[in-house]
Amino acid sequence: MTGSTAGGLPADSGTSTGSGAGKDRPTAADAVADAHRREWAFVLAATARVAGDLDLAEECVQDAYVAALQAWSQQGVPRNPGAWLTTTARRRAIDLLRRDTTLRRKLPLLVEPGPPDDQAGADGPAGAEEGSGVIPDDRLRLIFTCCHPALAREAQVALTLRLVCGLSTADIAQAFLVSEPTMAARVTRAKKKISGARIAYRVPEAAQLPDRLDAVLTVVHLLYTTGHTAPGGGRLVRDDLVDRALGLARMLLLLMPDEPEVRGLLALLLLTDARRATRCAPDGRLLLLEDQDRAQWDRPAIAEGTALVRDALRSGRPGRFALQAAIAAVHAQAPTYRDTDWRQILGLYDLLGRKWTSPVVALNRAVALAMADGPEAGLAAIADLEHDGRLAGYRYLPAAKADLLRRLGRAQEAAQAYRCALELTANQPERDFLSRRLAEVQPGR
Amino acid sequence: MAEYLILINEDESSYATASPDVLQQVMEAHNRFAKQVEETGGSIVSGRALQPTSTATSIRDDVITDGPFAETKEALGGFYLVEARDLDHALEIGKLCPAQFGGVEVRPIMVFDGM
Repeated sequence: MTGSTAGGLPADSGTSTGSGAGKDRPTAADAVADAHRREWAFVLAATARVAGDLDLAEECVQDAYVAALQAWSQQGVPRNPGAWLTTTARRRAIDLLRRDTTLRRKLPLLVEPGPPDDQAGADGPAGAEEGSGVIPDDRLRLIFTCCHPALAREAQVALTLRLVCGLSTADIAQAFLVSEPTMAARVTRAKKKISGARIAYRVPEAAQLPDRLDAVLTVVHLLYTTGHTAPGGGRLVRDDLVDRALGLARMLLLLMPDEPEVRGLLALLLLTDARRATRCAPDGRLLLLEDQDRAQWDRPAIAEGTALVRDALRSGRPGRFALQAAIAAVHAQAPTYRDTDWRQILGLYDLLGRKWTSPVVALNRAVALAMADGPEAGLAAIADLEHDGRLAGYRYLPAAKADLLRRLGRAQEAAQAYRCALELTANQPERDFLSRRLAEVQPGR
Repeated sequence: MAEYLILINEDESSYATASPDVLQQVMEAHNRFAKQVEETGGSIVSGRALQPTSTATSIRDDVITDGPFAETKEALGGFYLVEARDLDHALEIGKLCPAQFGGVEVRPIMVFDGM
């Protein structure tokens, strides 16, 4: 049941732009593809409560999408495709469970205890009441379960893509540069742990929420960064992953409108993504922030992101996503790279470093420091990081160092750092960029 | 409710060199733990401390060898079998479990069909 039937559906291809807007009536196939993209998490989350098992739920939801293709082309697309799919998938789950009582007995049921403060008795233990209003929190249950800290981070990411986004195992494997069997095994193992170890299908209680939410946001952010600069291959950006991450962040904000860090994450993604179109020249060359055509940045995205950051910061004691978004907002408002408010950025990095002791934050701070106080100051900070050792193998450390050395005219040292960065870089546009810089600093060779 | 085994893995040498005071504190911590588990709504089914791995004997293919299965700095030194609602509850109990010279591993007990 780890098969990739989800990918066999006419999903995702080109439906993301103006779905059905140009046509009088969407065809059934378009509507199914659109519903796959929009409603998958909703349908699966609601079905999982009836099925009591993620595998069974996935199978029933896939069946429902297949049934929709036929039913909708004959009877027309229902007014609420999500509800239609949910009812169909839940009915199928109940059918299968009734027909096969041994299946029911054998299944290690998803644990769904009602926490004390839950609306007691609103749903039976198996939630088997049919067609009743779907509790909106079901998608949150699903994503919190997928991102449970008892699962390895890479499994959290894979499960989120598979169960919340409905991506096929093949697509997920491709995005993370592992073989399909490897990814299938990863997903299967994670699902087995959920049922075997009884990871509860629920939203964590208030006391655990900050930590657990941070894990969810980290997964979404990781998805974004993986798409933002693909780990390898010919393209700089994997648009599909970036769009998934943005979609997830929007979904989370819809479901948790009062969490400042959710707001911060969406803001961060929007503000970073506003630069997407300008990160490569028409010929595919990588363009750094410094060289990007700021007139081409996505202004509506910047406006939306900036408003979200303001809200997130207003809550006081901003978290790490809100602070990163604030830094992105300062960049978004700067007329040029040079005329960026580097002092403010430095101050924000200081706050961020107190909240989140990551050497990557320290590296970014070093770059900002170099802009505020000159390359030597930045190099000194980078030297500390090299000494620290935790960033050994992190390609952006030698790349940043090389750039500062280049600015100082220390060509030979710069060349060595560029070579170092090249050894660690697999993304082709990034490699081309580093090679060009390397050639610039050692023209005679 | 489901059963979980909490395996206590600790550095044996720390116990070997610990003062009587420290050992007394460890005993008291375990006594407190029993009470704390009840307060979370869970229960301890059983629990035992093991003698150090220097007393262990391993058998593989009928061949008897002196010592534990794997030599590690931190070794299994005791366990609790507990009842908990779900993994989160079991982890909550696991966090309470004293293991100052190492840590604990939480493993769900396998349930066989028809049992």
